[in-house]
Amino acid sequence: MKEFLMVVLGILIFVVIFQIAKASEYVSVLKGEEKTRKQNNRINAFLLMGLLVFGLIGVWYCNELYYGKTLFPQGSASVEGENLDLMFMITTAVTGVVFVLTQILLFWFAYKYQESDDRKAFYFPHNNKLELLWTTVPAIFLTVLVVFGLKFWFKITSDAPKNAIVVEVTGHQFAWEFRYPGADAVLGKKNYKLTTSKNNLGVDFEDPASKDDIHVNTTMHIPVGVPVKMVIGSQDVIHDVGLPHFRIKMDAVPGIPTTQWFTPKYTTAEMKQKTNNPNFTYEIACDQLCGANHFAMRGVIIVETMEEYKKWLAEQTPEYVSLFEKKEAKPAGADSIATKQTAQVLPGNK
Amino acid sequence: MGPDSYREEKKKEMSVATLQHADVHGAHDAHHEHHHHETFITKYVFSQDHKMIARQFLITGIIWAIIGGLFSVIFRLQLGYPESTFPWLEDILGHWAAGGKLKPEFYYALVTMHGTILVFFVLTAGLSGTFANFLIPLQIGARDMASPFLNMLSYWFFFLASIIMFSSLFVQTGPASGGWTIYPPLSALGDASSGAKIGMDLWLVSMAMFIVSSLLGGLNYIATILNMRTKGMSMTRLPLTIWALFFTAVLGVLSFPVLLSGAILLLFDRNLGTSFYLSDIVVAGKILPNEGGSAILFQHLFWFLGHPEVYIILLPAMGMSSEIISVNSRKPIFGYMAMVGSLFAIAILAFLVWAHHMFVTGLNPFLGSVFVLLTLLIAVPSAIKVFNWLTTLWKGSIRFTPGMLFAIGFVSLFISGGLTGIFLGNSALDLHLHDTYFVVAHFHIVMGVASFFGMFAGVYHWFPKMFGRYLNNTLAYIHFWVTIVGAYLIFWPMHYEGLAGMPRRYYDYSNWESFKMFGGLNEFISFVAMIVFAAQLLFVFNFFYSIFKGRKVTTLNPWGSNTLEWTTPIRPGHGNWVGEIPEVHRGAYDYGKDGKEFIPQNTPVGENESHH
Repeated sequence: MKEFLMVVLGILIFVVIFQIAKASEYVSVLKGEEKTRKQNNRINAFLLMGLLVFGLIGVWYCNELYYGKTLFPQGSASVEGENLDLMFMITTAVTGVVFVLTQILLFWFAYKYQESDDRKAFYFPHNNKLELLWTTVPAIFLTVLVVFGLKFWFKITSDAPKNAIVVEVTGHQFAWEFRYPGADAVLGKKNYKLTTSKNNLGVDFEDPASKDDIHVNTTMHIPVGVPVKMVIGSQDVIHDVGLPHFRIKMDAVPGIPTTQWFTPKYTTAEMKQKTNNPNFTYEIACDQLCGANHFAMRGVIIVETMEEYKKWLAEQTPEYVSLFEKKEAKPAGADSIATKQTAQVLPGNK
Repeated sequence: MGPDSYREEKKKEMSVATLQHADVHGAHDAHHEHHHHETFITKYVFSQDHKMIARQFLITGIIWAIIGGLFSVIFRLQLGYPESTFPWLEDILGHWAAGGKLKPEFYYALVTMHGTILVFFVLTAGLSGTFANFLIPLQIGARDMASPFLNMLSYWFFFLASIIMFSSLFVQTGPASGGWTIYPPLSALGDASSGAKIGMDLWLVSMAMFIVSSLLGGLNYIATILNMRTKGMSMTRLPLTIWALFFTAVLGVLSFPVLLSGAILLLFDRNLGTSFYLSDIVVAGKILPNEGGSAILFQHLFWFLGHPEVYIILLPAMGMSSEIISVNSRKPIFGYMAMVGSLFAIAILAFLVWAHHMFVTGLNPFLGSVFVLLTLLIAVPSAIKVFNWLTTLWKGSIRFTPGMLFAIGFVSLFISGGLTGIFLGNSALDLHLHDTYFVVAHFHIVMGVASFFGMFAGVYHWFPKMFGRYLNNTLAYIHFWVTIVGAYLIFWPMHYEGLAGMPRRYYDYSNWESFKMFGGLNEFISFVAMIVFAAQLLFVFNFFYSIFKGRKVTTLNPWGSNTLEWTTPIRPGHGNWVGEIPEVHRGAYDYGKDGKEFIPQNTPVGENESHH
């Protein structure tokens, strides 16, 4: 009923607007079209000026309302991201000036040079000096932005430092899984054809390096202040490891491993204080549409002190041990959606 | 806007020849009807008249725009009011909205269809299909396209594509739902999502038909512009609309085939067991045999079209805005050659920037850096265009027709959306902004809304030529003001969501600690989106009402414009000009020259005329 009334109301509003529009057309005929045209011209010129003034106020007001909710006031949570924040501010400054200047000129010219009986249009077909000016000036500014941008880009995409902790991140519909290389610091080989309901990442347990690897779901633990190198892969469709707080993003592509590294600056506990939010969590957001539950493909990163991290790592049972040596016990937290999803499948591949 | 003011002037300025033609118009019509028995079918359905084909493209485009816009309103309901249920949705959508709440699968189907429809069916076919068909013969002085028959086929392939895409909305497993970019493996594996079942095959077949349509159209546009210009219409005297439509057609002809090949390989992967895009996949518990394919290969093929496609959408809007701004400022477009040159530069660069959509795919960083450089280079010709538009307005005598308002709106939106491209094109910043609402805001403003503004400007400006009647001005002004204010209110705040890292294509944010604080903003955006959508319906009503009941055009050249389409009869028949096609003696932008308000292109150069 409510919907029906809404539709009726909508149609009524339409009819009213239409009648006004129709009437104004008749009025303009009566009044003289030239006169109406000039009047409309003045009104629209005035409104364009209004759009400029209220638009610029709106831009400022929007910034007041929402800047605090972006990630910039709290700063980058990774060392590498600081460069990016600086880059962002430089770009905002340059484009901001251009934005304000050109919008003011656009609407000011429109208002000022509205048709008037006292003035004729000025014939001005071209001017090489002016055109050269606004070809070279943008080119110079863009060169600066490119140089800064590429400097940071090459820094971020360079090889991870030697002391980096390696974590393998695997995405599948619709969860994240993590593998740590264990004491030998080498991740065991994988082959997707070995995937079974229990060995759901397809780890090759014939490989000695796999024997001490640790496998956990959903929540990834990393220490603060040490570079972390993620080796990223996917089992089914393309996903993306999106880490907004660390200013990092990298696709997880089936068949083509990717890597990305960063150095966390603050522990989760520190961020809770810094943001005044007791629920603060570093979240992993899937940033590449991956199916119906894409929006719920959430992972968590717990950044902690080195001691806490080492303690946590020591508590974990290597996957090999839990799968083949003590059959009854499973590693803590390993039976999330992910394990369940692959549980009913893979009959002929044990 | 009152055309009568120009009537007197027009009569004085119009060349004698045209006047004579106008006078014999009535007599000719009778003559015409006597010899060609045009049936309803040949006149309105399988027409080979470029003007009728243009109207067919436009009206089909409008229908698609309503569908595509409505989809966005429905999925914005979910985003704005994630806690609410809307029982009427179940009445319309059935099990896809059981209990009045959209299912995620269908939410993604709506998002995908919204993108596909608006990018391809509205802003490609509806925009360049309409205006390339309508304006090219009229503005270059030709009786029709180089091949009217292929031109007719171009529309009917588009129609076929439309029918197939529309039918995919009704299949049991739903239409394609992997995003308009249809990245495999998601789009390749029926087990990965329900939209990747039969809906995806229909999507691909529909797109194949669409590409055929686009190629037939594009080749025709290019052939017509290069070969069929009237006497005296050298390339450098072409109106900027034609230049823009020319480059648009070249972009389409060179890039659409690449998408076609990408789509065919995807069809093979889906149905014939090939592994072009697939490798190492375990999906729904099945270990797939495919090995050695590359999911990234598809993205290269897709974006090799996908990026030029952005300019296929934008260039016609630029061309039409240039024309409309010049006409209504009563001034020559500033820097005509620079405008052509910058269109050319944009068209070339459009082919060399596609990988900027792929900075986070694991692309080689060096390759990424090359694409950063080339991408930001596009800002230079774009800046030239903006400053030239501004200078065209400077010291003009501006008439705010609805077309002019939309053209000014286009420039404003192009600036706003273009500048955020400088953020996204810089790979380092893209690491943070990629696939967030910042991107959504950027491309909706610069490509979506701006191009729509160009299209509206074109419709308002050329409607009198298309239908021999005027649109209602008051409705047009309401349409403009609601749309520009609404568009900024919708898309400007989205930048901030993106700066918070809020990902696009999420069905619900309420379980995310990092993004849930934007609930109120999302509601506001959805509310404004509904109002703006309603304002578009006002335009649609105005459009169809005015075709039949609008105020009649009584003068040949209501805007006082220089271009040739205004030398044709008010309602030109097939063949456009009665008698000889006018000869062209000058460029299209002699406004305000030597104290004359405007000098149409077919006016011979006077003895004492100044040279610039």
